[in-house]
Amino acid sequence: MSESKTLYDKLWEQHLVTDNDDGSSLIYINRHLIHEVTSPQAFEGLRLANRNLWRVNANLATPDHNVPTTDRGKGIADPISKLQVDTLDQNCDNFGVQEFKMSDIRQGIVHVVGPEQGAILPGMTVVCGDSHTSTHGALGCLAFGIGTSEVEHVMATQCLVQKKSKNMLVEVTGKLSSGVTAKDVVLSVIGKIGTAGGTGYAIEFAGDVISDLSIEGRMTMSNMAIEAGARAGMMAVDDKTIEYIRGKDFAPSGDILESAIEHWETLKSDEGAVFDAHIVIEGESIKPQVTWGTSPEMTIAIDELIPDPDNENDEVKKTSIINALKYMGLEANQAINSVSVDVVFIGSCTNSRIEDLRAAAKVAEGKQVADSIKQAIVVPGSGLVKQQAEQEGLDQVFIKAGFEWREPGCSMCLAMNADKLEAGERCASTSNRNFEGRQGQGGRTHLVSPAMAAAAAVTGHFVDVNQI
Amino acid sequence: MEKFNILTSIAMPLDRANVDTDAIIPKQFLKSIKRSGFGPNLFDQWRYLDEGQPGMDNLKRPLNNDFVLNKPEYQGAKILVAKKNFGCGSSREHAPWALEDYGFRVIVAPSFADIFYNNCFKNGILPVILSESEVEDIFSIIANNSAEKMIINLPNQSIQFADKSFKFDLDEFRKFCLLEGLDEIGLTLEQSDKIKAFETKAKQNTPWLF
Ligand code: SF4
Repeated sequence: MSESKTLYDKLWEQHLVTDNDDGSSLIYINRHLIHEVTSPQAFEGLRLANRNLWRVNANLATPDHNVPTTDRGKGIADPISKLQVDTLDQNCDNFGVQEFKMSDIRQGIVHVVGPEQGAILPGMTVVCGDSHTSTHGALGCLAFGIGTSEVEHVMATQCLVQKKSKNMLVEVTGKLSSGVTAKDVVLSVIGKIGTAGGTGYAIEFAGDVISDLSIEGRMTMSNMAIEAGARAGMMAVDDKTIEYIRGKDFAPSGDILESAIEHWETLKSDEGAVFDAHIVIEGESIKPQVTWGTSPEMTIAIDELIPDPDNENDEVKKTSIINALKYMGLEANQAINSVSVDVVFIGSCTNSRIEDLRAAAKVAEGKQVADSIKQAIVVPGSGLVKQQAEQEGLDQVFIKAGFEWREPGCSMCLAMNADKLEAGERCASTSNRNFEGRQGQGGRTHLVSPAMAAAAAVTGHFVDVNQI
Repeated sequence: MEKFNILTSIAMPLDRANVDTDAIIPKQFLKSIKRSGFGPNLFDQWRYLDEGQPGMDNLKRPLNNDFVLNKPEYQGAKILVAKKNFGCGSSREHAPWALEDYGFRVIVAPSFADIFYNNCFKNGILPVILSESEVEDIFSIIANNSAEKMIINLPNQSIQFADKSFKFDLDEFRKFCLLEGLDEIGLTLEQSDKIKAFETKAKQNTPWLF
């Protein structure tokens, strides 16, 4: 069956403009998402070279990294953040790009907004100057992050020069246990293959666990494919994908939708397709995860002990463990569920969609944020997620429990706006990166699911959400 | 972009694996809307003892004298040598901008993160992959004599360092662009006809994408 293709092979072929002599290829890009951090230099480059956008309506913009998540009426206090957001507004106006500005209810984190609007459709190539663009692979897209030069390249040519990656299949079989979410699954995958395990590969996530996940859960997983080193993570299209798209603003309707669906249904790996690497994880074996160190691969189950560098033979790994323990202020062999938390952050493009907020609210309902917690914030991924949550009364659940309810944006995921950790503060965070200083200089990040974050908020320490 | 041919320089040893782009250029500096001027904040968290913010006078900040970038013997190095998985983490192109602005034109490591590796070429930096043992050899040569000059020969894809020589692999196209200092957008626009033909066909087959 030499004709069998993987999903990635199909997406690649369908967007191949031409193969260059040197083994690279010119790939056509359907959707380009833009935010304020990585675009100004690209727009500057276009202007300097007197170039225009190749296809204006392939681009969609919204500010997210720098926007304040409190009291928008006052504008942006930090002058540099303000300059970036203003520059985005001006560039979009000048070049005619559609933008959801800060005052628009559709504004939010670019990776939440794109799919929510139906601006991301199965079978698309999707790029953005942000590594978590892999999120959109959940809809059966080839989606990956690019650097600013590539942003400029896509703007000017609607294409990118790429080399084909190898195929990796990550199969999660069986069923998930109670309290285990998409976030725990993807952290376990990264824990298993390591942060460089996917380097050079496009990962397809498959298996019963993936089919059972909602589209939002799948986005949580593909969002973090990049943390396993893979530029792109993706899932096959199924009925859930098509239902998710139906009726959205940018999505096709009528006859065009019918022919689109016919095409979308072919967006899966063929029987017998060959993968260069194949990893199998049993769903039943996955427990709620907490990262303990300064890399997403440093993850353990909630009932485990923090690793001991003395048990590690590989010198590089041993040093990494020692450095991470020191930075995180933790002891080897300490039980992770004995570690107390100062700050709780529920948000980011990994976990700020409505289902994430529902899961966290379910744990927080009728309880109180522990006295020892300095701050617990919930930051919806978009204005529309916020509105939906408010219609369901989730905001009130959070507020009554002692959480702050914020305006949409990246917020404490990377601390480019006012939301940051102080040095030494320990945070249970639903974001995707726990690197040194990611949430503020000296801040200590532990990645968890929304339910686990809420559980940490109401108990003051990491705890198995099943015990709440 | 500056052309690259043969480069001779001392090499700075950064004895760390998994150096992520947050470490290369911390996020508070991403707020700039320019492409230049990031050099003084390269490795900011490791290099200075205080917390760096945009707009500070970096000359007045307390230096971490233990960090290799601040050691007198490595000043002026155009080559950085590091351990595996260099440039992991966020895709920020500010990382190669900062390295380039500081003066590095070559990074040698046993492996690089994908996006970072790509971004280097777009900014005139040559990332060289050698085996772990070759990189170890380089570290020991530097430990013996920090003033030893390394010769990077791009046309031959070779490195000469003390009594050792190494060969490295490189994509032909990237090599060509570095050698010529070529702009990639201009190269792609030469294929405009093919892009237009692709679009015409795609509009027929998949009209919902337009
Ligand atoms: S939420 Fe975090 S990871 Fe996602 S786009 Fe914003 S800063 Fe990046």
